[in-house]
Amino acid sequence: MHASVRPAVSVNLPPSGTNAAARESEAALSMRMTISKVNFFYGSKQTLFDISMGIATNKVTALIGPSGCGKSTLLRTLNRMHETVRGARLEGEILLDGKNILGQDVTSLRRRVGMVFQRPNPFPKSIFDNVAYGPRINGSKTPIAECVEKSLRRAALWDEVKDQLHKSAYELSGGQQQRLCIARALAVDPEVLLLDEPCSALDPISTAKIEELLVQLRDLCTIVTVTHNMQQAARVSDFTAFLLIGQLIEFSPTPQLFTMPSDPRTEAYITGRFG
Amino acid sequence: MNRRLRWRKFVSAFMLSLTGVCAVVAVSVLFLILSYLVFHGGTSVSWSFFTKLPAPVGEAGGGMANAIVGSAKLLLLAMLIGVPVGFFGAIYLAEFSGSATAFVVRYAADLLNGVPSIVMGIFAYSLAVLPFKHFSTFAGGFALGLMMIPITLRSTEEFLRSVPASLREGAMALGASKWKTIATVIVPSAYRGILTTILLAFARIAGETAPLLFTALGNRFWSSGWSQPTASLPVAIYNYAISPYEDWHRQAWAAGLVLLGLILVINIVARGVLARGISVSRS
Repeated sequence: MHASVRPAVSVNLPPSGTNAAARESEAALSMRMTISKVNFFYGSKQTLFDISMGIATNKVTALIGPSGCGKSTLLRTLNRMHETVRGARLEGEILLDGKNILGQDVTSLRRRVGMVFQRPNPFPKSIFDNVAYGPRINGSKTPIAECVEKSLRRAALWDEVKDQLHKSAYELSGGQQQRLCIARALAVDPEVLLLDEPCSALDPISTAKIEELLVQLRDLCTIVTVTHNMQQAARVSDFTAFLLIGQLIEFSPTPQLFTMPSDPRTEAYITGRFG
Repeated sequence: MNRRLRWRKFVSAFMLSLTGVCAVVAVSVLFLILSYLVFHGGTSVSWSFFTKLPAPVGEAGGGMANAIVGSAKLLLLAMLIGVPVGFFGAIYLAEFSGSATAFVVRYAADLLNGVPSIVMGIFAYSLAVLPFKHFSTFAGGFALGLMMIPITLRSTEEFLRSVPASLREGAMALGASKWKTIATVIVPSAYRGILTTILLAFARIAGETAPLLFTALGNRFWSSGWSQPTASLPVAIYNYAISPYEDWHRQAWAAGLVLLGLILVINIVARGVLARGISVSRS
């Protein structure tokens, strides 16, 4: 593993919270995913340049940067959703638990690396069937109803929908729909959950609920979230990566990146001088 | 100046009435046909019209039971050919083909849609009648099925394409394969539109006469099997209308009324299905 791939954890600068800091300094961080030397092209246009970083197990990693910096592209390479776009090409290596994901079967990879999108995208089915979709197509062993309840509870939606599981998912509010999408992704027990600006289409109250949820979900799986909202990154994440025009400018524990950025461009961005 | 103003007002009023009259003509054609059919054929639409065989010349009464059943058989065959080919072809077009292939197939389907129905009939005749040396129900259904393919193909493709990409991505991100995504998310999301398409294609071919003239031919009696000629409503109308007998003319009007009624009902059902909306919200 490349040394540069690990976020710069220093004993003096705890990654997040005092308890976490204590644990951090004792146990070395294990990496769920490792991105090394990734270059990405749409046709002949290169949008990611030589990106290397690690995704720490059971942590929240945030990708920030101005629009068009490649943060969503980077996120989508982690479960190979970029392959749905014609002409997209990836160079480099992305490891999940030490194995290169580029050589794996893409459907089983996506079961392990789930994704929640910018706009809530529930299927035109009932609430129950939405959550049950993943377990059903993957032939889950546990009873479906149990799995649906567990996932809805994890997504903090159960109490709101338990009496209307057979209603159409479209009758829910936007924030509820997004939590439904999170429940749907959790139902297949992914190791990694990718979120692509999950709150950008939501009101502040729904956003707060989702943020709270992300912090809780950290114990269940590893989370990578893209956000253009710096406060959000500061609130929910343990590590933050700052991207600019396809390059990884800085990758550090979140408190460090926001208080003592090492790169002047990061400082300019987080202080609101551009972006 | 005053003359000029009056002239302008005149032109304006003239154009307004012209467009209004054209609109009224367009609508009234349907109502004229309907009332004409009801006036001439209404009296002949009776229980025996639906249950009895045609009466011999000179004998009053009789019905078109054989033509009604024959039409049903022909349309069933047409659906068996037109729906699967159109549906699966549309899936290939919307989900798998490259843009160049899709362009060629779409263009070909549009041309096929424009082929005169009599040409379709000749084609089916040379393919499904000549080799077997006799007219048959199969040949008629084959001809109608060919006509159905481009209609179902093009509209099904449109409805599949209208399913938002976010739903595809949602399913694929859960580990669904491409086929699983299509079968469990895309087609269910578009099914209302697809159903409407099939109904409208059905209504469109239900009244086709030309392709049946030299494939299913026609029959005064019950068809003795799928490989034998059969009567059908459109062809019966044609035969009865050109006959010299007053009574047959009335029967032809009645058959026309029944056929138009059927097509009208299908159209209304189709609009009802579609009016409830494509089940996907397009936010």
